[in-house]
Amino acid sequence: MTPTLGTNSPFEVLDRPLESQMTLSMGPQHPSTHGVLRLELVLDGEMVVKAVPDIGYLHTGMEKLFEYKKYQQGIVITDRMDYLNPLGNNLVYVMAAEKLLELEIPERAQIIRVLMCELQRIASHMVWLGTHALDIGAMTVFFFCFRQREKILNLIEACSGGRMTPSYFRIGGIMMDLPAGFEHRCKQFLDDFPAAVKQFNTLLTGNTIFHSRTRGIGVINADDAIDWGLSGPCLRGSGVGIDIRKTNPYSGYETYDFDVPVEEDCDVWARYMVRMRELTESWKICNQALSRLKPGPVKADAPKIVLPDREDMKTHMDALIHHFLIVTEGFNVPAGEVYHAIEASKGEIGVYMKSNGTGKPDRVHFRGPSFVNLSALPVMSEGEMVADVVAIIGSLDIVLGEIDR
Amino acid sequence: MGLENKLVESLPEILTVQLDAVVNWARKSSLWPATFGLACCAIEMMNSVSARNDLSRFGAETFRASPRQADVMIVSGRVSRKMAPVLRRIYDQMPEPKWVISMGACATSGGVFDNYAIVQGVDKIVPVDIYVPGCPPRPEMLVHAIMMLQDKIMKERLKDRRDVSREEAQTAISPGTMPVTLGTQLEEDSARTGVTRPYTIASRHERRRSS
Amino acid sequence: MAEITETPQNLITAPLLTIAEALKKQNSGWISEIKDALGEVTLIVASEFIVDVCWFLKTRYQFDFLSDICGADRGAEDDPRFEVNYHLFSTKTYNRLRLKVLLPEDEPHVSTVTSVWRTANWHERETYDMFGVIFDGHPDLRRILLPSDFDGHALRKDYPLRGFEPYSLS
Repeated sequence: MTPTLGTNSPFEVLDRPLESQMTLSMGPQHPSTHGVLRLELVLDGEMVVKAVPDIGYLHTGMEKLFEYKKYQQGIVITDRMDYLNPLGNNLVYVMAAEKLLELEIPERAQIIRVLMCELQRIASHMVWLGTHALDIGAMTVFFFCFRQREKILNLIEACSGGRMTPSYFRIGGIMMDLPAGFEHRCKQFLDDFPAAVKQFNTLLTGNTIFHSRTRGIGVINADDAIDWGLSGPCLRGSGVGIDIRKTNPYSGYETYDFDVPVEEDCDVWARYMVRMRELTESWKICNQALSRLKPGPVKADAPKIVLPDREDMKTHMDALIHHFLIVTEGFNVPAGEVYHAIEASKGEIGVYMKSNGTGKPDRVHFRGPSFVNLSALPVMSEGEMVADVVAIIGSLDIVLGEIDR
Repeated sequence: MGLENKLVESLPEILTVQLDAVVNWARKSSLWPATFGLACCAIEMMNSVSARNDLSRFGAETFRASPRQADVMIVSGRVSRKMAPVLRRIYDQMPEPKWVISMGACATSGGVFDNYAIVQGVDKIVPVDIYVPGCPPRPEMLVHAIMMLQDKIMKERLKDRRDVSREEAQTAISPGTMPVTLGTQLEEDSARTGVTRPYTIASRHERRRSS
Repeated sequence: MAEITETPQNLITAPLLTIAEALKKQNSGWISEIKDALGEVTLIVASEFIVDVCWFLKTRYQFDFLSDICGADRGAEDDPRFEVNYHLFSTKTYNRLRLKVLLPEDEPHVSTVTSVWRTANWHERETYDMFGVIFDGHPDLRRILLPSDFDGHALRKDYPLRGFEPYSLS
């Protein structure tokens, strides 16, 4: 069936006077919308009068899928949600399940979780910086950022086997201990990283063209930001210093020494500066985590929930039985509901998990930060020009996988 | 100038080649992809364009945002039901010759997501030339896919690939409406009359010749 | 009452329980149940009073940040069938609180809280899209994630995982 579009007469476009407004559909296939986002823009010349986001082009039905998969199997689905920060998604899902099970996570596992999450945050900000600068016109930064990202992806791949879909964290700890030589390679990357950050700052932060494209654009003040539910760098760029790693700390974050960058300007430039400063803060946390690593167990002491080590499984009978039962039947999680939120690279990612006592969850809902950040786009972009909308979308750092789930 | 001097010394001044070979060589060496990054595979596609695995070496120099200027559509990511008509429309907007690479498990067959929301395989919507497995496939796999596509293009025959028919191209398209090629209309016509237009070129493992 | 030990969870939930008591004192019809488990406090609110409760919490106890509105389907046999969870966060006191509203299957109506927090707009659209819960007074209640011509509400327990028919272009 050939789709038909509208019933306007063929020449109505020419009949309208030039002062009228034009409705433009930006997306879903667009180079700058960071995914399949469709924006209906009502334009008065170049000025945006109204911007209505139309999402759902990547809706995957993940929340329904979780109800049909055992808890352990659901971790794989969470990777594909915010695909730039898969370890963050894994972490929040796994921590919610651990809350329901009331498991104690050993210290080495917590340190490794923090280390991997901060590395993932740096990798996610690399993609943000590369694509944001690419949209604004600075192509070189894209290649430099992806070069750093390749190094991090190599590290993540060494641990878990997957570059972008690692599924490294498990309920009760992590999948496997860090491979031999990982600490040395991580230290090498961390030693070279400040020079890379300096390079990005040289290219963009002092650049007058970048300033004129980002200063004063996409302003949202602090009260509006809280009212619209913004979180993460978008909120901190508006002067509100909320970071879940400091307000409701998890996984040992209260023991690390890091600052939370906050900027007062409320515009695209402020969000850019917050994220650039976050790169240095994450680097600090990674160094601290790396120095704290001590030998120890990486899985919780819960044989019916956590898979045993391969060597144990091959030599001990009870480990073999537990492995078999966990893989085939799964484990039952006591009935209850929990909402757990962590600070992902994009903001507050929260999971509401409700279990009914069986091996499959009753309801899993992800609160994606990009979903909420995007709902504030009309507020930020009305009154701006079309080219600025591109810069604003870049500064929101949205990932459609998380928005549409 | 060294290479050109060697060419001038070793080859005669006039060459006779098959037209197919020259045209196919030109087509395969400058395959410009259309940006159709949907989900996680799009990031791996971006990785394959960036400095470490450089796709420009193989001719995919720029990713054209407009499908009118693109040769190959790399469907990278899961295609949801809401997106499927958009995908078909973009495919229709690409001019011939065009190819489709279905990158990743979700585009090939629905992947991990066997549910109400995802189309189980993009070949239900557009004809696909190369399928790349993986979730997501490594950038090297995408590079391999482009190379396989280049091999496939070299085996094509020029007369197999026809543009849309004259009547269809000359049908008046009302300004203000998005132009939609009558690809689906042609499918219905061909189903009715029995005359088919080949969408895919037989690979070297298939013995039949395209009509 | 036995002596309450100062576990980390009790430190978190103690101020929330005092807030719940204050709510009960303000109007006894608002809260029907208080649940305290796993370090989180859940208040079951009668669906007619959700906007009043939210205004009270926002103005008196600085719950100025709505993290999430989440629907859940308890199953077709349960009555009330649907529940809507509101997750509140306070940017001043860093407290987290959950409000739960239980709705019957045949008339799942509840007032919108977009007047309290504007972020509720999209969350409520998503809950409507996935479950069919109608938010009275919502400025723009239409589908957000599923296609606009989609039939049914996908996250209900009686909607099959694979949907009803495979996708075809026509």
